[in-house]
Amino acid sequence: MKEAPAPPAQLGPDDKALLARLRSGEPQAFEELVRQETGKLLAVARRILPTEEDARDAVQDAFMFAFRSLARFEGQARLSTWLHRIVVNASLMRLRTRKRKREESLEPLLPSFQTDGHFVERFATWDDPLTKLETAETRALVRQLIDELPDGYRTVLLLRDIEGLDTEETAKLLETTPNAVKVRLHRARQALRTLLAPHFTRDRR
Amino acid sequence: MTCRECAEFLADYVAGELPADALAVFERHLKACPNCEEYMRQYRQTIAAGRAACADPDAPAEIPEALIRAILAARPQDR
Repeated sequence: MKEAPAPPAQLGPDDKALLARLRSGEPQAFEELVRQETGKLLAVARRILPTEEDARDAVQDAFMFAFRSLARFEGQARLSTWLHRIVVNASLMRLRTRKRKREESLEPLLPSFQTDGHFVERFATWDDPLTKLETAETRALVRQLIDELPDGYRTVLLLRDIEGLDTEETAKLLETTPNAVKVRLHRARQALRTLLAPHFTRDRR
Repeated sequence: MTCRECAEFLADYVAGELPADALAVFERHLKACPNCEEYMRQYRQTIAAGRAACADPDAPAEIPEALIRAILAARPQDR
């Protein structure tokens, strides 16, 4: 893995104490960190990677990288934030080695315009998705629809909108330009909107 | 401003990154165009839906012990 990302945030007193114990090689400190963070990191890896096995491997990769990098960790981020960025990176690296779905065109999922610049479609009002999302079934459906996006768009949407990385960080991790990230994010959201529409459009009966 | 241009401004608009002059034109268009207003609302709802759907509560609460063991077994021991 390449250099560890260093997002902003302050290292709290608990982190400082744990970091000191980790650096002194205290086995209990490693166990504390792993037990405290594995659940959250696994959730991140599961969102990015297609299988449970891949996700677990990415979490393991991330911890190995973090353990090796402890000496270089300068405490400019919280430990959990630092680990979050590392597992995102580890997951992306693993994703690159996987056989990808064919990068299908997003075009059919994007809005069409008339020659005068008006939308072709007239958008019917949605029920409030947040109310519908109170059920686990709808949340699973939305996750499934996100998974239907081509990888190149799905990962940008996950990194920006779900994992909360900024445009520059996302561009760095995906080895692309900030502008390409912006364009892909916008298109990914538009495509996801199209996929959500049949499920969220208000029933007019 | 056309609806097509309006759609192109959406990402910057929801990020609060539209420059003041473009923002004024954009908001004037939204006020006059219910279809774009609805599209903008759904664009925002899409972002919120993705976040809500991926929130951690749905993740299995149980952390695989075998994974924890494997990570701890592989940690560097040469300190």
